Amino acid sequence: MEVIMSNKTILGIYSDDELLVKGARQLRDKGVKIKNVFSPFPIHGIDALLGIPRTRLAICSFIYGVAGCSLAILMMWYMMIYDWPSDVGGKPNFALYMNLPSFIPITFECTVLCAAHLMVLTFLLRSKLLPGVTAPIPDVRCTDDRFVIQVSATEANQNDIISILKQTGASEIK
Amino acid sequence: MQEASIRVPLIIGNKSYTQLSDDICRPVEGKANKYWWMAFIISFLALLWGVASLSYTVGTGIGSWGLNKTVGWAWDITNFVWWIGIGHAGTLISAILLLFRQRWRMSINRSAEAMTIFAVICAALFPVFHMGRVWLAYWVLPLPNQFGSLWPNFNSPLLWDVFAISTYFSVSLVFWYLGLIPDLATIRDRAARANNKMRNTIYGILSFGWKGSARDWSRFEEVALVLAGLSTPLVLSVHTIVSMDFATSVIPGWHTTIFPPYFVAGAIFSGFAMVLTLMLIARKVLNLEDYINVEHVEAMNKIIILTGSIVGIAYITEFFIAWYSGVEYEAYAFINRATGPYWWAYWSMMTCNVITPQLFWFRGIRRSMVATFIISIFVNIGMWFERFVIIVTSLHRDYLTSSWTMYHPTFIEVGIFIGTLGLFFTCFLIFSRVFPVIALSELKSVLKAIRENGSSNGGHHE
Repeated sequence: MEVIMSNKTILGIYSDDELLVKGARQLRDKGVKIKNVFSPFPIHGIDALLGIPRTRLAICSFIYGVAGCSLAILMMWYMMIYDWPSDVGGKPNFALYMNLPSFIPITFECTVLCAAHLMVLTFLLRSKLLPGVTAPIPDVRCTDDRFVIQVSATEANQNDIISILKQTGASEIK
Repeated sequence: MQEASIRVPLIIGNKSYTQLSDDICRPVEGKANKYWWMAFIISFLALLWGVASLSYTVGTGIGSWGLNKTVGWAWDITNFVWWIGIGHAGTLISAILLLFRQRWRMSINRSAEAMTIFAVICAALFPVFHMGRVWLAYWVLPLPNQFGSLWPNFNSPLLWDVFAISTYFSVSLVFWYLGLIPDLATIRDRAARANNKMRNTIYGILSFGWKGSARDWSRFEEVALVLAGLSTPLVLSVHTIVSMDFATSVIPGWHTTIFPPYFVAGAIFSGFAMVLTLMLIARKVLNLEDYINVEHVEAMNKIIILTGSIVGIAYITEFFIAWYSGVEYEAYAFINRATGPYWWAYWSMMTCNVITPQLFWFRGIRRSMVATFIISIFVNIGMWFERFVIIVTSLHRDYLTSSWTMYHPTFIEVGIFIGTLGLFFTCFLIFSRVFPVIALSELKSVLKAIRENGSSNGGHHE
């Protein structure tokens, strides 16, 4: 109980992304848990230090694409071959395999439509990005020119963390 | 990332992250200058003229246009293809150049993508209003209905176009807006620091609560990359399908197998010309000369040479094949283009599209802002004539001599075209005051690479 109670979050604010990476690496080597990093642009290599697994959004996109492709073919088969086959300009619609060549453009468009939009939607929901959401940012400058590292500290290692942050060039520590 | 040291810096001056934000957010946070207002008023008047012409068309009918039984497609479809083509440069810059890791694109991708969206809106107006009864435009969609149920014809390239353009528009819009979210968050938080409540609230809603955590960024980059990968075949498919509107018909002059690649190259060609026209003005009006400089202009001019030459070869190939095929209708259609009553349109096209871009082989011309601006206007005009030549000259001499006719645009049709120009520039001008015109977070992420490389060859070689 005591340990949980004394858990607190320390913020280290850097003005350079490379310094933050240096600090994060030292903290990780000390076995300190880094909660999160906020930055105005992607810092490459930070995912590994934070132990963030690779996102699966690309796989989602592939599945959405396959679904879009199948739905498009199903729709065109139903409308043109099954429900109301019509003979426009001497081009009758007898069977799906005969029509597939002229169905390719729309099948492709529907694949892209579903893959793109549903992936973006998944991303927005997963990262809790919606109109009206208040941004839970630790410092108001972290979308402009400051790089913020959030570290969870205990009574025991609190001073170590602060000294590492100071040594690696954090301009402010909160 | 390593960059060859012979490269010149892409941003002039040693900027810090703070300066980048200051420079790029200034048009959004500050007041518009008088050039902006002048441009806005002119564009808005043109837009109003277009609204009046369109209203007249809807009220009176398509008879107010200069179309006739022989020439059923003319001015409107010319403008449709012209605008769609212009849109293609934005996707090319944001998607294809992203996959090729061309860093210079970062100064121009945001505004080029915005251009795509506005150009596609302008383009879509033409076929929609050409339907005549525009309130029935939803009939092109495969919706359950009470007519039988009668579905749209999926074998028709015109329906492929509906799907291609709606997908292209919506995916481009999402791609563009997604890239904007982190930059809108920057404006939101800058407004909070400046105690500007209203701007903070508005951009707070627009930025969807973006926080920029490590996990967000990792997802964001993945999504951007996959969207680029999806947009690349998409943009090629759109103009391919537009060209199939013509190529799948049996009209001599349209029934051509080289149309898809030829149209795609032409689209990129005209799109880059429009990007140059716009950016050369925007960099002055918005004080972004350090960010959009001669290096960017030169890189775009090189693409203009490439695509312009492809277009030139396509013109010559078409002519050669018309003769080589031995089809007399085909041969006539092409001889008639060059020497018939529309010879002036054909030769305007040849001069503007084939000859003028070749001037960019000279380094001095390629790097001159004035020359680039003038040539970009020539290319815009030339590409408009290309579509006019393909559409009108192929139609106006029908199989039966008794159907031969001429096409002349009416005042109303010209008004609609000017209206779309007004719509395009009005949208762009509003965009330049509401959203950051340069992808701020992307530029920040490469700032160091650009800066280090710049200082290592900025005249003092160690």
